[in-house]
Amino acid sequence: MSSIVLIAKRELRAHFKSLIGYVVIAALLLLDGLMFHAYALGDGKNLSSEVLREFFYYSSGMTGAAGILLSMRLLAEERREGTLVLLYTAPISDWQIVLGKWLSSFLFVCLFVVLSLYLPLMIVIHGSVHPGHLFSGYLGLILVAAATTAIGTLCSSMTSHQLVAGILGAVVFLLLVTMWFTARIASPPLDELLAYSAFFDKHFQPFTRGAIHTRAIVYYASVTFLSLLGARVVLSTRRWR
Amino acid sequence: MIQVKGLTKYYGSSRAIYDLGFTIESGQIAGFLGLNGAGKSTALKILAGYLMPTSGTVSIEGIDLLNEPEKLRPRIGFLPEQPPLYPEMSVRDFLGYLARLRGYPAGRIGARIEEVSERTSLKEVLGAPIETLSLGYRRRVGIAQAMVHDPALVILDEPISGLDPVQIVEMRHLIRQLGGDHTILISSHILSEVEETCDNLILLREGELVAQGTESDLSERFNSALSLRAVVRGALDAAKDALGALEVVQEVHSEVLPNGDAAFDITLLRDEPEAIASSLIAAGLSLRRLEAGQNQLEGLFLQATTGGGAKP
Repeated sequence: MSSIVLIAKRELRAHFKSLIGYVVIAALLLLDGLMFHAYALGDGKNLSSEVLREFFYYSSGMTGAAGILLSMRLLAEERREGTLVLLYTAPISDWQIVLGKWLSSFLFVCLFVVLSLYLPLMIVIHGSVHPGHLFSGYLGLILVAAATTAIGTLCSSMTSHQLVAGILGAVVFLLLVTMWFTARIASPPLDELLAYSAFFDKHFQPFTRGAIHTRAIVYYASVTFLSLLGARVVLSTRRWR
Repeated sequence: MIQVKGLTKYYGSSRAIYDLGFTIESGQIAGFLGLNGAGKSTALKILAGYLMPTSGTVSIEGIDLLNEPEKLRPRIGFLPEQPPLYPEMSVRDFLGYLARLRGYPAGRIGARIEEVSERTSLKEVLGAPIETLSLGYRRRVGIAQAMVHDPALVILDEPISGLDPVQIVEMRHLIRQLGGDHTILISSHILSEVEETCDNLILLREGELVAQGTESDLSERFNSALSLRAVVRGALDAAKDALGALEVVQEVHSEVLPNGDAAFDITLLRDEPEAIASSLIAAGLSLRRLEAGQNQLEGLFLQATTGGGAKP
């Protein structure tokens, strides 16, 4: 456990020392704010809960983008710079390497999620919001952050180019997002499987309404676990190549 | 003690090393020699626990590297050809991070960093970000990271590559210092470097072990002749006769130097330069210089790595 924390702390420091992290967070916060004003507030909605639902809907996309963008460098950069050898030759398992790396990006994306809190707080000040709605929405965003940073970590383990990892991660993310659409044109029983795989449709919607569904938590936890398992397998396989 | 048996590594269908086997005693400085592509770096990466072999065993102090890698890794320090560094970190933070990651006792890390930075002459740059350091300093940081957790085995892949002559001398001194406390394994294509620093040579050709031993062991094995150059003042013929009468002399070439002295390039069958000196002095000649001729290790290297025959 201490090795995971050690790796995560070093990575977090690198995130904070890198301009890219700040630029990504600032740009996404700006987009989040614009979306909030243009769609969540500017669509003629009067009910606070409706505005909040719209906010969580758009924020989930921003959080997903942050997850992919802030994790694409994790292992790709280590391989490119030749520093992966420091982790490979340390007395730690490949699981610990993957978890440490993922944890750093997850926490950094959580920072983005926390910084976006000023937007729903404006609704709290000017309207009426149930704390449970706020909690469920933010739980959903944190689950999205966990899953997308895990997808980014997996893609980052596959290449030594962070841009390639980023593109790969974006493609995987978009495939999962558009799965609901593919499910509509697929035949049974494939349609149900595709519908269940869809990243936002059935799984994130309840969070935006203030509901917490166990199956949604299981879905995001599964995407996170399977992606990290994939990254661990890629790392272990590379030792044998 | 390091024992390697039947070590083989394939990258896809391409063979990097095959059936490699050798032994290195604790505290020795061993040198891996071979042409580019001979498999030196691959062998070192496997010994460092970075790569897994296709087959074979590696045992370090009785612990099997392949079965218990996490037990053995804290006992190994590795400097690849390109020093692996996190440029945004300070030297102190970098060394502290790796010491912790490798399980060095937390309470002793500060003192250990001081000790290692003293040995590698990094004290004055401990607080500096690595990205601001020169190549020579970066390589020292690379060596410092390889020894910060006090490993029993330190593996250095081309440690002097890219250094200027002053830095090479400093690095040679450092490696010599490390020997004794640690077992050191070096790969280098600079023969004089290996000759200066290593007790034990491991010669590779196309991924296979050609020979292992001290320089004189290998010289014996490869029938490699020793070469001397003697400069004398006096009768040229008398000197030729004196040298010709010696059983240890295989071949002599002479030339007269501009100042009238005679120079003899002598090929010896055995490492007995004192016989040459005694013989020339006994013949009444004034021996002005006696020095090593052609680089012996170079001869060995060329013979061994290009397929020259060893004694059966």
